[in-house]
Amino acid sequence: MAVVVVLKANDVQWCFSQVKGAIDDDVAEADIISTVEFNHSGELLATGDKGGRVVIFQQEPECKSQPQCRGEYNVYSTFQSHEPEFDYLKSLEIEEKINKIRWLPQQNAAQFLLSTNDKTIKLWKISERDKRPEGYNLKEEDGRYRDFNTVTTLRVPVFRPMDLMVEASPRRVFANAHTYHINSISVNSDCETYLSADDLRINLWNLEITDRSFNIVDIKPANMEELTEVITAAEFHPNQCNTFVYSSSKGTIRLCDMRASALCDKHSKLFEEPEDPNNRSFFSEIISSISDVKFSHSGRYMMTRDYLSVKIWDLNMESRPVETYQVHEYLRSKLCSLYENDCIFDKFECCWNGNDSVVMTGSYNNFFRMFDRGYRQDVTLEASRENSKPRSVLKPRKVSTGGKRKKDEISVDSLDFNKKILHTAWHPMDNIIAVATTNNLYIFQEKLN
Amino acid sequence: MFPKGTKRKFSDSGEEPVSSGDQSPPAASSAVARTLSSSYSLQRQSLLDMSLIKLQLCHMLVEPNLCRSVLIANTVRQIQEEMTQDGTWQIMTQALAAAQCPADRLVATEVLCRQTDAAAQAGQSPKPFSVVGLEEGYHSEEVVMEGDVETEVTMSTLSPVSPQLSSASYLAGPFGMGPCWEEEEEDGECEEDEEEDSEECVSEGEEGDRDHLSEDSRTGEQVFGTFEIKHPAPPPDPALEELFSDVDPSYYDLDTVLTGMQAAPKMGPYDLLESLSSHGPTTLSSSSSCRSDLNELDHIMEIIVGS
Repeated sequence: MAVVVVLKANDVQWCFSQVKGAIDDDVAEADIISTVEFNHSGELLATGDKGGRVVIFQQEPECKSQPQCRGEYNVYSTFQSHEPEFDYLKSLEIEEKINKIRWLPQQNAAQFLLSTNDKTIKLWKISERDKRPEGYNLKEEDGRYRDFNTVTTLRVPVFRPMDLMVEASPRRVFANAHTYHINSISVNSDCETYLSADDLRINLWNLEITDRSFNIVDIKPANMEELTEVITAAEFHPNQCNTFVYSSSKGTIRLCDMRASALCDKHSKLFEEPEDPNNRSFFSEIISSISDVKFSHSGRYMMTRDYLSVKIWDLNMESRPVETYQVHEYLRSKLCSLYENDCIFDKFECCWNGNDSVVMTGSYNNFFRMFDRGYRQDVTLEASRENSKPRSVLKPRKVSTGGKRKKDEISVDSLDFNKKILHTAWHPMDNIIAVATTNNLYIFQEKLN
Repeated sequence: MFPKGTKRKFSDSGEEPVSSGDQSPPAASSAVARTLSSSYSLQRQSLLDMSLIKLQLCHMLVEPNLCRSVLIANTVRQIQEEMTQDGTWQIMTQALAAAQCPADRLVATEVLCRQTDAAAQAGQSPKPFSVVGLEEGYHSEEVVMEGDVETEVTMSTLSPVSPQLSSASYLAGPFGMGPCWEEEEEDGECEEDEEEDSEECVSEGEEGDRDHLSEDSRTGEQVFGTFEIKHPAPPPDPALEELFSDVDPSYYDLDTVLTGMQAAPKMGPYDLLESLSSHGPTTLSSSSSCRSDLNELDHIMEIIVGS
């Protein structure tokens, strides 16, 4: 007779694995992490920062001696993706901050990623070089040309091994297509096209063609004074190359089918949850603004993040989400203060785990939250240097909302609102997560026995 | 890290202005104020003030965050709509219309530049609470204006007086003939970049200013209508105009940029506009006439540029 043991979700224990970045509390502005993204295999982890740099970490192969520990991530490549620019026509500085990085599925030995700042998207090729040709007839080893009169014999140049060099080179620059600030890029499942979205428009690009893009969504009103809604995020469906969604500052998500018409101003589906009249306040609209939208890997669901909650939508049901998870409901009574100090405008991202069973998002005080959809459990964890002993298990945290604060709980008023986790990423296959605090990248792994 | 639910302190009567010696608000205004829960209306007013200051700062930023601006503007609109519905808005605007502001008062917008008489706040709805807390971290900007304005007009947000005025001034904004968002200062002396965007202080002179004052009450009605976002046709909403004054189409449109019409929101082409414009104060009355001026400007620029 077989005994089946079903592990409950909260049996997953998370351990500290690594932390990247400066230790000191004085944060250099350029070091602020602005995006985090695993590639499709999970072997590579890319971060972008406010200084326009991209740092790619590579997972070491699992070592036989320590099977309980998955490979560590070490720096693989670092390059300056974007430089600050000055728009002379408008007297505006264009920030070099990397807003988003998206990996292309790997098709050959090289890796490709798209990185974007507010105005320009670049396609980078990251390739390895571990051999170099030696023994040229006409060139010396240092590259100088030999006087061919001195060549008496001929030899065939050969490849000899060299120290691994990782080169990043910009292969395409997609510029001058966005008047407003780019907030999203998304590679299509056809691997030939991708979309870029700014506050008012979404453009469709072919990865090969840089001097032309197609505008597929335009919500700019004829009279800018009538502007009340902006695009906040956009993403292609993971399987259907004709489908994409975009979210708005009013809390709506529109699903569009590119087969319907060239300009997808008319949505195919509109996802919107009716407002709860009990919770209505002057801040209702601001907190309903969606900061991130992500399809599930299956393509059946999508997740949206607004200021206080994470919502899971079934693409077949537009009227309301199928699941709603409160990230930090205790902040609802503090909205006025959060509006005053601008925290209410923070844009948190969210992500799915590999099999779409758990979702994760960040919060304040360097807390981040995971919601298990199947077992209806959630946990709050903290990314901090104090919990940074190797393989130490993260202890769940709790914010006390009532008057009585239990031991180990932290009260709402003690939360540090400068320590916010906006960017998180989950390995596509394993339980490895990357969590970005202001200037540090934490990597946590599931505790394996 | 954030102020713990700032408590607003106010005197028992609730409606009395902070500074003694000011005239008491019109009777009608107190009556309306009393019908609302005073703490709610104070909070709402405080939120309005805060939002307007944020918008002002938004405009000062080199790179305005459109999403944030839109969200704050929507919040302001919501508050204004609610205040319109319960009549508070009407009272306040009428009070402001009748209000006068001394020339030496610190002002926050060009509208108050034109109100050259006694203190505006005397006629305002009571705002006994202070928004001093918001001033921390805000720096003062000083702009010296030349031209017809005889006195120095300074913009400062550090004075305890100005935040109240700034709210009033924005309230007055819609009614004070929302200034043309394309017009710039006449002189080239305004060094402050930030000041450019929203404080298109006009230098038509005080004669023009006085012409406007009498029309303020009328424009009050006009503005209410424009708060309906669905209003199909102009008149444009001067409040929103002001809010998005630096987000005008030409500011961002690649099309307009490419046709060479676009110019930085500083001197240059707009100097031309000043010298060309014989409309004087009337150009302030609506942005549509400003647009025709701008088209005229385009035409002239094209000739000059030789395109």
